[in-house]
Amino acid sequence: MAEEKRLMKGNEAIGEAAIRAGCDAYFGYPITPQNELTAYMARYMLDSGRVFIQAESEIAAMSMVYGAAAAGGRAMTSSSSPGVSLKQEGISYACGADIPCVVVNVARAGPGLGGISPAQGDYFQSTRGGGHGDYYHIVLAPKSVQEAADLTYEAFGLAEKWRMPVMILADGLIGQMMEGVVLPAAVDPGARPDRPWCAGGRAGLAREANHVSSCILDPAGLEASVRARFERYERIAAERTRFEAVNVEKADLILVAYGTAARVCLGAIQAAAKEGLELGLFRPISLWPFPKDELARLAKAGKRFLTVEMSMGQMVEDVRLAVNGTVGGAVAAVDFFGRCGGVIPSEEEVLAEAKRIVDAMNASTAEPRSGSARR
Amino acid sequence: MEVVYGHPKSLKPIQTKYCPGCGHGAIHRLIAEAVDELGVQDRAIIMNPVGCSIWADLYFDFDSVQVPHGRTPAGATGVKRMRPDHLVICYQGDGDLAAIGTAEIVHAANRGEKFTTIFVNNAIYGMTGGQMAPTTLVGQKATTAPHGRDPDGAGMGYPIRVSEMLATLGGTKYIARGSVDSAINVRKTKHYIKRAFEAQLRGIGFTMVEILSPCPTNWQMSPPQAADWVASDMIPFYRLGEIKNELVEGGGA
Ligand SMILES: Cc1ncc(C[n+]2csc(CCOP(=O)(O)OP(=O)(O)O)c2C)c(N)n1
Repeated sequence: MAEEKRLMKGNEAIGEAAIRAGCDAYFGYPITPQNELTAYMARYMLDSGRVFIQAESEIAAMSMVYGAAAAGGRAMTSSSSPGVSLKQEGISYACGADIPCVVVNVARAGPGLGGISPAQGDYFQSTRGGGHGDYYHIVLAPKSVQEAADLTYEAFGLAEKWRMPVMILADGLIGQMMEGVVLPAAVDPGARPDRPWCAGGRAGLAREANHVSSCILDPAGLEASVRARFERYERIAAERTRFEAVNVEKADLILVAYGTAARVCLGAIQAAAKEGLELGLFRPISLWPFPKDELARLAKAGKRFLTVEMSMGQMVEDVRLAVNGTVGGAVAAVDFFGRCGGVIPSEEEVLAEAKRIVDAMNASTAEPRSGSARR
Repeated sequence: MEVVYGHPKSLKPIQTKYCPGCGHGAIHRLIAEAVDELGVQDRAIIMNPVGCSIWADLYFDFDSVQVPHGRTPAGATGVKRMRPDHLVICYQGDGDLAAIGTAEIVHAANRGEKFTTIFVNNAIYGMTGGQMAPTTLVGQKATTAPHGRDPDGAGMGYPIRVSEMLATLGGTKYIARGSVDSAINVRKTKHYIKRAFEAQLRGIGFTMVEILSPCPTNWQMSPPQAADWVASDMIPFYRLGEIKNELVEGGGA
């Protein structure tokens, strides 16, 4: 079944994986650093009779996705940070109407127009329900071209199973770099789950009319629907939380990072090993649901954490929430190191920061470290 | 005995929440009659917009999709592209279509999206309680234009003739403006709607029927006064009739 390895850009691998996952309709608006993805979709989707539209804006593109998915299609959009801000309107509606779809954010540095270099400043927006209202959706963060393809491929089925948008949160580096990738086989269109709730296909009035909507004006009814969704969130957390752990049992200090930052951390860990220093890596793959239970377990085992991000510190809040109360309430068990604005932290500076913390840990063996973490 | 006039099958036999004299109810009925006559109830989908007609899904007995304010044509684009054999009805108010959703309607029309927009022009924001709309007439009062719409002095701009504007675009094949102020105009409007639906089912480009519609509550008039005001003030500015007709009757385009 497995194909040969090909050399592809992350953006193109995401596009090819979406096509193989049976994406029926793609809607997008140009923005760097994800333009290759939109161009890839234009080339393939138009030639194969599927739907491709270069929309008038990201706002419109997201509502096109909403409409296509409400009508039963596998629909997708992609953008980068400023464009994803505009998509938040439609993402909130899709969450409120339980519409499955795939949204890719090949993130760049903000705020505002910011820059076009890779960054991780969209973590809060992605994992907190970036639009208005009480909701979450699945967020998956690839660290390589291969993983970007695999997660995108899987995202369509996850969206359908859990009736929600699934976001792929990559960054400009993942989108732009070329790596070897083995692509999954095309999904059999007949193997897709039914969508009995969708609009259209009411042949012969065989069923009641379907209404795809997020509008519930009665407060008790709306509360019940939000609560039902939150129960679903619990089940997703139990079933779909994903992470990668490297050398976490041996190491006393565990680096916590996702995406490109996690690759840098892996380099730092290897450099440390050469110097005889054991470091671990905990890499959340699902940013929502966040792998908090495993982090709490490691904290209880006495581990310390250094969160490394391409931002001023966003995921670190989730790490602190996860370990909070597990180490005698010592919040300082979680340190932070970050670069922002499109600057990628170097292995050397991550290693230097890790050494500083390990030295401090060794110096104060008797009492737990105190004081607030460095920013 | 043959029934010559009855309740349309596609419209549920329930009372609407619309105010007395509001045009939405009459327009709903015209849509339902046209859907029934074309025999497409089981493949009709209405996009119900943010506005007073958010409740359209309570009344029509066919599928519906509710989208964000103004994104109705973008949502309709997604629906129609996935379901090209369905009759997709993009129902919009003047705030939805001519203010917050201006980009979406212009580009859907220009792409020649093959759905039908029903544009309900009541020259006011109904649902939010009578604010100025892009189609509010010069001098007409609104809660946000308490002294009347003043295009230059207060910088409120001029009422937009959307149908004429969209008629300049290559993707638009049929655009008509009707009104529900009188029996004769209701009949003509029904004819326009049916024509547009037929054209859509034949797969011709973008079709739209703008309908002048009274809003007695927010115009602060009685229902008969409101109907009269449509005739005396709106129709002279928003001329009725087929504004663009590039349909090739009976065949594809
Ligand atoms: C993004 C957003 N902005 C504003 C509103 C509030 N709002 C609801 S309906 C409406 C205007 C409706 O006017 P129109 O489209 O003319 O329809 P009508 O109610 O007159 O039928 C507004 C501004 C909203 N729901 N969403």
